[in-house]
Amino acid sequence: MSSVPLIQVNNLSKIFADADNKVIALNDISLKVNEGEIYGIVGMSGAGKSTLIRCINRLDIPNQGEILYRGQDILRMNKKTLLQTRRKMGMIFQQFNLFMQRTIAENIMYPLEITRVPAKEAKERVKKLLDIVGLQDKADAYPAQLSGGQRQRVGIARALACEPDLLLCDEATSALDPMTTQSILSLLQDINQRLGITILLITHEMAVIRQICHRVAILDGGKVVEEGDVDEVFLNTKSEAGKRLFGVLPETEMEDLGYPTLRIVFDGAAAEKPIISRLSKETGVNVNILSANINHLQGKTYGQLIIQKPEDENEVKAVTDFLLEEGVTVKEVNKQ
Amino acid sequence: MSWDQLWPLILEGTWDTLYMTIPATILSYLVGMPLGIIMVVTAKDGIRPKPTLNAILGVIINFLRSIPFIILLAMLFPVTRLVMGKAIGTTAIIFPLVISAFPYVARMVESSIREVDKGVIEAAQSLGSTDFQIIGKVMIREALPSLVNGAAIVTVAILGYTAMASAAGGGGLGSIAITKGLNLRKMDVMYTASIALVLLVQLITLAGNYLTKKINHRKR
Repeated sequence: MSSVPLIQVNNLSKIFADADNKVIALNDISLKVNEGEIYGIVGMSGAGKSTLIRCINRLDIPNQGEILYRGQDILRMNKKTLLQTRRKMGMIFQQFNLFMQRTIAENIMYPLEITRVPAKEAKERVKKLLDIVGLQDKADAYPAQLSGGQRQRVGIARALACEPDLLLCDEATSALDPMTTQSILSLLQDINQRLGITILLITHEMAVIRQICHRVAILDGGKVVEEGDVDEVFLNTKSEAGKRLFGVLPETEMEDLGYPTLRIVFDGAAAEKPIISRLSKETGVNVNILSANINHLQGKTYGQLIIQKPEDENEVKAVTDFLLEEGVTVKEVNKQ
Repeated sequence: MSWDQLWPLILEGTWDTLYMTIPATILSYLVGMPLGIIMVVTAKDGIRPKPTLNAILGVIINFLRSIPFIILLAMLFPVTRLVMGKAIGTTAIIFPLVISAFPYVARMVESSIREVDKGVIEAAQSLGSTDFQIIGKVMIREALPSLVNGAAIVTVAILGYTAMASAAGGGGLGSIAITKGLNLRKMDVMYTASIALVLLVQLITLAGNYLTKKINHRKR
């Protein structure tokens, strides 16, 4: 990964205002997306993430700040340069937004049509893109005949048609069922690795971040409250918003328990095994589970578990050692 | 009146009706369609908002739309004479028909194009489309079934207006029903001409519906 950011957002603010109401959607946001990475922006609904990603290609115009694409400010570009820059950034949407009166092939052809790519070359490229997204046999179908997952694949192929450097994903999997979400996420990961396309995605699902993102920013109330490598943020969540998204009890509630706890983090390293029941059997410690939020993705376990910390130091060590051996991270949350 | 006398009359009337309706419809679209598109594009949430222009055009369209055709026909006599060379007759009446119908067309086109999903237009924008590409390749194409349906409705409306051509010395089925039927108390002429009009309207509506269904790919 190069050190020059592909996208650099500096002090971005967006205020929606009418006669008697003022909503600050984005409040002084700064972040960097490096070339080649998958960068995730996560937040509850209303956190401002959709506004943020729409500002990146100027579908929304912020009130303040700058957005640099390879050092050029998107917000101050003339129309012609803006259109050329947009062609270097594909975008996919929650509701897919396909052209309903065009066949799948014609949908993917559209970006090539408007950039006047010669017909023969365009046809070949459409064929290649259909291959990449696995829809070779659907070329002449219409979007209404496809399932949600297939439609998103068409959206991806269309976004990739002009060979962009960046793919913007606006809640791309939020309208899909879990199985389909998995296949779309794998496809995005594949595109990132094989074609070297940088991906900026927004989502409200932490599992999406966990699964494919390299770096993450947590957005809350229009502000970036936490940013960093996904593993780092996941293991050391500092912000309230981050903890809410991870499903960890807020710290204030934890203090009320009045005793120390351990946080066991499953980050996909451990295979699907009954770890907790074996923990009890093999260490002889009685485990008191206080809170649990576990998800299974592609046969791996993600999420966390809060347990009461055993009083005996030896028991703590036994528990910790067992878990570390199983590839699970343990952290003490509430030291007293 | 015998069939042998009635038949040529109806045939001639049908020809005259189509002779007024078809050019009037085409010309109304030439003026009304761009106007309707401008209304969508310059709206507050359009791709190129121009609120003042939009408001002014809106007022003009509403003004023209609210004048009854029979009044407009009379009001326009001097202008019609200037444009068409004469103020009365089957050909001359095409001009007031167009003036009366194009604001209606503008509203029909506006509402058809407004139906196009905003998300789809945003997708086109995100792909770097120019405004003209969005209008031509996205808005019109996505709205095509609805536009065709609207065109059938407009054609039927203009066909209805042509019945008033008799007031300006024009021909057509409506004129025959009134001047050669009703006024002369020849009820058979009036009913036959009217039935021919009904059949014509049915035909246009059926063709419109068929075409709309055929080109709409929204449903599987």
